Amino acid sequence: MTAEKDTVLDMTDLTQSPEADSPEAHSPDDEPNDAAGYYADGTPLIDKKTPTGPIDERWENRKFNARLAAPANRRNLSVIIVGTGLAGASAAATLGEAGYVVKSFCYQDSPRRAHSIAAQGGINAAKNYKGDGDSVHRLFYDTVKGGDYRSRESNVDRLAEISRNIIDQCVAQGVPFAREYGGLLDNRSFGGVQVSRTFYARGQTGQQLLIGAYQALERQVAAGTVETFTRHEMLELVMVDGKARGIIARDMVTGEIETHLADVVVLASGGYGNVYFLSTNAMGCNVTATWRAHRKGAYMANPCYTQIHPTCIPVSGEHQSKLTLMSESLRNDGRIWVPKNREDCDKDPRDIPEDDRDYYLERIYPAFGNLVPRDIASRQAKNVCDEGRGVGPLVGDFRRGVYLDFTEAIERMGKEAVEEKYGNLFDMYAQITGEDPYEVPMRIYPAVHYVMGGLWVDYDLQSTIPGLFVTGEANFSDHGANRLGASALMQGLGDGYFVLPNTVRDYLADGPFEKIDEDHPDVVAARAAVEQRINKLLTINGDRSVDSFHRELGHIMWEYCGMERTAEGLRKGIDLIRSLREEFWRNVKVLGSAESLNQSLEKAGRVADFFELGELMCIDALHRRESCGGHFRAESQTEDGEALRDDEHYSYVAAWEFSDDGEPPVLHQEHLVYTAIEMKQRSYK
Amino acid sequence: MKVTLKIWRQADAASKGAMHTYEVDEVSPDMSFLEMLDVLNERLNAQGEEPIAFDSDCREGICGMCGLMINGEAHGPEVTTTCQLHMRTFKDGDTITIEPWRSDAFPVVKDLCVDRGALDRIIQSGGYISVNTGAAPDAHAVPVPKDKADRAFDVATCIGCGACVAACPNGSASLFVGAKVTHLGELPQGQAERDRRVVNMIGQHDHEGFGGCTNIGECTAACPKEIPLDVISRLNWDLHAALRHGK
Repeated sequence: MTAEKDTVLDMTDLTQSPEADSPEAHSPDDEPNDAAGYYADGTPLIDKKTPTGPIDERWENRKFNARLAAPANRRNLSVIIVGTGLAGASAAATLGEAGYVVKSFCYQDSPRRAHSIAAQGGINAAKNYKGDGDSVHRLFYDTVKGGDYRSRESNVDRLAEISRNIIDQCVAQGVPFAREYGGLLDNRSFGGVQVSRTFYARGQTGQQLLIGAYQALERQVAAGTVETFTRHEMLELVMVDGKARGIIARDMVTGEIETHLADVVVLASGGYGNVYFLSTNAMGCNVTATWRAHRKGAYMANPCYTQIHPTCIPVSGEHQSKLTLMSESLRNDGRIWVPKNREDCDKDPRDIPEDDRDYYLERIYPAFGNLVPRDIASRQAKNVCDEGRGVGPLVGDFRRGVYLDFTEAIERMGKEAVEEKYGNLFDMYAQITGEDPYEVPMRIYPAVHYVMGGLWVDYDLQSTIPGLFVTGEANFSDHGANRLGASALMQGLGDGYFVLPNTVRDYLADGPFEKIDEDHPDVVAARAAVEQRINKLLTINGDRSVDSFHRELGHIMWEYCGMERTAEGLRKGIDLIRSLREEFWRNVKVLGSAESLNQSLEKAGRVADFFELGELMCIDALHRRESCGGHFRAESQTEDGEALRDDEHYSYVAAWEFSDDGEPPVLHQEHLVYTAIEMKQRSYK
Repeated sequence: MKVTLKIWRQADAASKGAMHTYEVDEVSPDMSFLEMLDVLNERLNAQGEEPIAFDSDCREGICGMCGLMINGEAHGPEVTTTCQLHMRTFKDGDTITIEPWRSDAFPVVKDLCVDRGALDRIIQSGGYISVNTGAAPDAHAVPVPKDKADRAFDVATCIGCGACVAACPNGSASLFVGAKVTHLGELPQGQAERDRRVVNMIGQHDHEGFGGCTNIGECTAACPKEIPLDVISRLNWDLHAALRHGK
């Protein structure tokens, strides 16, 4: 239940504007180019798969025109799926049901543990069960606008359309959504939007949806259509004749390097928020599968778009390994403040008189107060802490936390009502911090939560590498520059259950494909590259642990490519990343052997890829001299300090092509054209 | 604070393991138990000793990947997952024994990591409702009474961590199987396969080498999601019904 204020939007402009002009191309000549020298300009990128015509007929047309593979042929067509979260497990189950030969990979010990499981709030669907005026078009509209007009409208419209099928499918599988006494499904409003379209299973919606997809997957394992490979990590993409034809994976128990070949490879490997070291991601979340594909030719789109969630439990010390999110609904009744005076920061907050408190959000944004959008709430928390007014324990030289105070709410509503509404969150907070939030104000701080960027895909979810498809958080497609609450689950399951199975068949209809075997020179080379890299990591034998490098990289990313970015800071960040990466390859210490379970080795490979990703994120952020959604450039803000978009120059998807090591990446722009919605600047005053 | 750790170390499934003793200084009460092990591992790495392998992923108590026997109790002295246990539960100077899950059906992979694939195979044997993608009727076609939906949810919160098995003197996974049979059996969508589900899941459970249930209740006491013991009653009830139906 998050207060998604991003979507408190003017709903009066639903009129379509089919003649909307396509924005001008960004040209380095007419705009200061902060990133000159850091990248090269490439040719524009065009998505050839997006159908034309009325927006609400495009998906139907694409499904009809996508060719079919006859049932008898499917037994000879094979698919590899990396990742078993919502996007991966649902795709594996559905393609297995269709009769393809599917191999499913995950690094965890069971497919059920993928990090989709941690999603709390809910899943949006345009069912209009409440009769409150919701519709496919309204969900489409909210999502494009919430994404700050940086998503592809055809994709978003499709997502809104299939959202309804997702709920049907999950209910039939036995997902125990919340219900009303009449036996029908309950919905709630996910802050901000004016309709109730969020389906939920208490605070564990992600868990219940994933268990549903996992059970469907295991059913196909029993049916013999899907084979699962747990504790396996994809370390390289196999390409033959310019097409994706398989993966090189490491059996994390025996250390064996395995070759798996197929006709199609699907990456459903999640997001890369762990580049920041501290995030709400699981410990194992990583970029390796997508980054390896990127290095082989798949473009990476909008890598700088990062969602930072304002209400997480702050860091308590240098040992911290991850951050925990608490529902944003807390901001509905809690008041956020810090001391006016630095010298009060280490006092018991109950001893700080009212006059010495700064309720800074209420002060700066009197209209929205504590309910300003996620990005604004996050940025202001960082600002007051940077001023030295943060609270909580000193971590390094800083206190990184602000108070979220329920004293007033307890007086107004009574303790019982607060407990009824927020009890489970208060318990979670008490469990982690050891403090009683009914007595002492909670402390919160923003944390990296989700990445909107990912591998570029066309309307069919195919990357720039033929035969390589990308689903879920791993692709860039549907959320633009900012994802709305309860939309990640919708996209993951939408991609896996309904989009991919309908588009991948068009590619597979060209089969049967030429048989390749493990002795093919390209396969042998991919495998040799993996072995060489592992050997390198194990033989550097330097002084520093993998974690110490990861922590330092995360610090650089947070400082220079975090909530507020500047040209100067980003350039400094790039320099720091480059020198840290150089040190890593000279001074990392990885013990143990390649031939057994070796968690340091696993982490080392992931961190090595995070260095390269981190640099590209900074370059992407540096070149985009505008603020939009999860990307705030200090140089592009209104007088009130709000994000200022620059549609004239930046209304495009930035798709980055990998060059050789040491060469600058190449930028390809996919221009965004809106025919079914008018572009507007958001405002919260 | 300072603690002494006695930790099971075992190179791989085929090797013999042994307890090793480590001292950890400068433990903060705010650390999670696993962060305390992270600190130890950083030190071991610096000293040239291979870090201790243990599983964890989400570290927020929901993925079910972590799980250690701490002083002989699954997930330690509190009703929570290992990742949500904090060092403030312990005292300065404590000695803490850490072992992997104990069960024949969960062979040790390395150090504190075990193979819980048997739980996946139990789900494969029937822990689902058979409905192909796209074949579902409208979600409102079948109302579900709220008490049934709530009960289904309560037991569907099982995270598959295996603590119930580790805690059980018989090494039984009856709580795990009972939770799934109850979750799907409460819902109208789950009725068609109810008989064969319970028979097949119990068959697979026994085949994997899990022990039988003798109503001791250690499982529910150790369960971080507090799955109630009566799901096992429900399991037995459903099994008898299925047998009566000649399944």
